[in-house]
Amino acid sequence: MAETGIARQPLIQGGKTLAQVTLDVLKPMERRPGLLWWVAFLASLSLLGLGAVTIAYQVTTGIGTWGLNNTVGWAFDITNFVFWIGIGHAGTLISAILFLFRQRWRTSVNRSAEAMTLFAVMCAGIFPVIHMGRPWMGYWVFPYPNDRGPLWMNFRSPLAWDAFAISTYFIISATFWYIGLIPDLATIRDRSAPGLRRTVFSVLSLGWDGSYRTWQRYETVYTLLAGLATPLVVSVHTIVSWDFATSVIPGWHATIFPPYFVAGAIFSGMAMVLTLMIIARKAMNLEQYITLRHVDVMCKLILLTSGIVALAYGTEFFTAQYSANPYEQFVFLNRAMGPMAWSYWIMVSCNVLTPQFLWFKRIRTSLPAVFVITIFINIGMWFERFVIIVTSLHRDYLPSSWSSYSPTPIEIATLIGSFGLFFTLFLLFCRILPVIAIAEVKGVLQHGHTAPGAHAHHEEGRRP
Amino acid sequence: MTRRVMVGIFDDEKDLLQVTRAVRSRGLRILDVYAPYAVHGLDQAMGLPPSRLPWVCFALGLTGAALKVWFEYWTTAVDWPVNVGGKPWDSLPAFIPITFEVMVLFAGLSTVFAFFLVSRLYPGRKAVIANKGTTNDRFALVIEEADAAFDPPQVQRLLESFGATEVYERAEEEAA
Repeated sequence: MAETGIARQPLIQGGKTLAQVTLDVLKPMERRPGLLWWVAFLASLSLLGLGAVTIAYQVTTGIGTWGLNNTVGWAFDITNFVFWIGIGHAGTLISAILFLFRQRWRTSVNRSAEAMTLFAVMCAGIFPVIHMGRPWMGYWVFPYPNDRGPLWMNFRSPLAWDAFAISTYFIISATFWYIGLIPDLATIRDRSAPGLRRTVFSVLSLGWDGSYRTWQRYETVYTLLAGLATPLVVSVHTIVSWDFATSVIPGWHATIFPPYFVAGAIFSGMAMVLTLMIIARKAMNLEQYITLRHVDVMCKLILLTSGIVALAYGTEFFTAQYSANPYEQFVFLNRAMGPMAWSYWIMVSCNVLTPQFLWFKRIRTSLPAVFVITIFINIGMWFERFVIIVTSLHRDYLPSSWSSYSPTPIEIATLIGSFGLFFTLFLLFCRILPVIAIAEVKGVLQHGHTAPGAHAHHEEGRRP
Repeated sequence: MTRRVMVGIFDDEKDLLQVTRAVRSRGLRILDVYAPYAVHGLDQAMGLPPSRLPWVCFALGLTGAALKVWFEYWTTAVDWPVNVGGKPWDSLPAFIPITFEVMVLFAGLSTVFAFFLVSRLYPGRKAVIANKGTTNDRFALVIEEADAAFDPPQVQRLLESFGATEVYERAEEEAA
């Protein structure tokens, strides 16, 4: 394949017709699930069950079941929260930002990436709620007329901003996803025989009939939602970073945090999208829809965001040493050389060094290699949050209060349980909804097959 | 009230775009075109004016933001002021993040509901399908047989000359 070749290739391979696209995408959901799906589903469901049991245990017992202490007051749960929120961001990047940039390759991956966003935000939502200690009072984070005054919430607090940001993000992402699904739900409705399935899809598709007057408004709404979701996704991780940056903890109190967190979020999310896509395309026979070109482009985005993250690590370190603030200087030296240095170097090697392999085209087009690299990035980005949170806290201003932190089995089981939730939902999604946006792929089917402008002539009566 | 319409079925978006332009240039009234995906450039071919939904988005986004600033100010500075770290009662800069989130929420949801309203999409609506294939691989052009000057055989020949795979007439309930 020539160097210029990959960009000129058709987005969708195999010279598909419109009807074939419908058939190919819907085939996996219209046949019975295979053994592989059942194995994966039952395994995920067991992990979810483990998570549910441990959450029930820690809610009824109290968060003394965690490894926290007076010095390290935030650790595993907040790490998981930031990790999962970050995973979600790539879905919005693909669905909204790349839509505004008219990156048409996004059509093959946006549906599943958006689903990933929703599920990741659900996983993220668990952690702040159980962190409250009394999750049954979780609704106190929203302002409502109460009989305590009414005593309103403190709108100046970044934690209150966080609650609004995450809820808005979830609602808008779910709306965006549903709007994108409506035409495909109608396609399934019209393919189904009368019965329960057809009734369900009729209700869900809201009587969509493919009218172009509706299509035109639909496109407008889609663009507007993309335009709203783009600043939204930036605001969400910015606000998450403010949970740290507005405090006075050395290592957290940094103006670089918002862009650093947003880039890191997209970096980790892209890695997770690729991890899932490489499996899904194989398992669901969608190799002609999610092609090596898609993998190649996403690898380049990973390389870019890895560069931004690396720059942030460097800048952060330099600024701390240059700040003339001994506490700030100490925190960073402690990160790299202190008792938790192992986590810092896992972070650097996974997030800065491993992605450098993606400079080579041979590696970007080798699926096993890309898969392994994305796993390393997922691990590295989890450790990034762990490093930021724990190493900044465990040796604070007073050496007499220095301590360490290690997670309890309960905390580890909760993290595993969140992965169980994520994969259970993702596997169900693969079974009951089209994993590729059928209507959008049909719109780009001609892309790369015909010369541009070939159909612009106004000739009449082309066919006798 | 019923009206008669002529439906032309096409297999290819290029044929559809050309026939739409040709039909419109002859002064025939296109009721609607049904397509499995948003065909690029069909709105110009049909002569549809741009949607006014961006105004809904703008107006409701602005309303949401204004209401939220007022609410934050009212709760924090008027209804029950609580001194938090000696910060000013009216901490406008600290109110911005939530104001932004609420603006996005209002703008996004109201645009979607306005879209459902104007396009008459709701759960339980019976889809008016011009042709079974329009959610899969067919395009349907629906022309109103507006007056006595409408010559069905001639229009049929026109549609067929653009590659219509099927042309039929039918009576249709007029939308209220």
